[in-house]
Amino acid sequence: MAKVLLFGRLSDVAGWREREVAGATVGALRARLAAEDADLGEALAAPGVQVAVDQAIVRGDPALASGAEVAFLPPMSGG
Amino acid sequence: MITLTEAPFDPGALLGDFSRGRTETGAIASFTGLARAEEGAAQILELEAYPGFTEARIGEIAEEARARFSLDDFLVLHRVGKIAPGEAIVFVATAARHRRAAFEACDFLMDYLKSKAPFWKKSHGPDGARWIEPTSQDHADLGRWEKESS
Repeated sequence: MAKVLLFGRLSDVAGWREREVAGATVGALRARLAAEDADLGEALAAPGVQVAVDQAIVRGDPALASGAEVAFLPPMSGG
Repeated sequence: MITLTEAPFDPGALLGDFSRGRTETGAIASFTGLARAEEGAAQILELEAYPGFTEARIGEIAEEARARFSLDDFLVLHRVGKIAPGEAIVFVATAARHRRAAFEACDFLMDYLKSKAPFWKKSHGPDGARWIEPTSQDHADLGRWEKESS
């Protein structure tokens, strides 16, 4: 299980901010979230959405250790 | 030091504390950003951060500023959560031996904080809430520093 965190408009689309989700890779998490909620799947795939695993930005489809924290970050707006 | 806070703060008190007890620093520059009412269009500004991640990313840029402008010290305080018009959102102070470095480092840090720092910003107004993306002016401001460094 990974701890998934959603920020900005992504949490508005999903209606939640933090959840445990099963998935062995970032891609598997995305697929599971998209299967449960097509709107969220589309929002996660939007241009500019970055992924951080344990607070470091990742690209591609890295494997996830059990208990990993996976954050989906929409374009950062600055303060 | 980089701090995120949900509580309102007093920029004058921060500047006083930051300035005290320095004997080699010749210049301190500071910037305070306030939430604008936008003539009633924005009643409340809401800023979301990713605790830990947001401070770490700002810290990397602040260390870059420390090296680039030979800063003696810096302080960044940023509000998160709901902010009312007229309240301070951000306070940046920089300390250096000479004024030019202090001014430039403060400007550099603010350009980063306004355009790229990991915050997500929502404006609550009479017509509901909307997420705000960085403006092209914010990106152009940041571009000034990229050109100079190449």
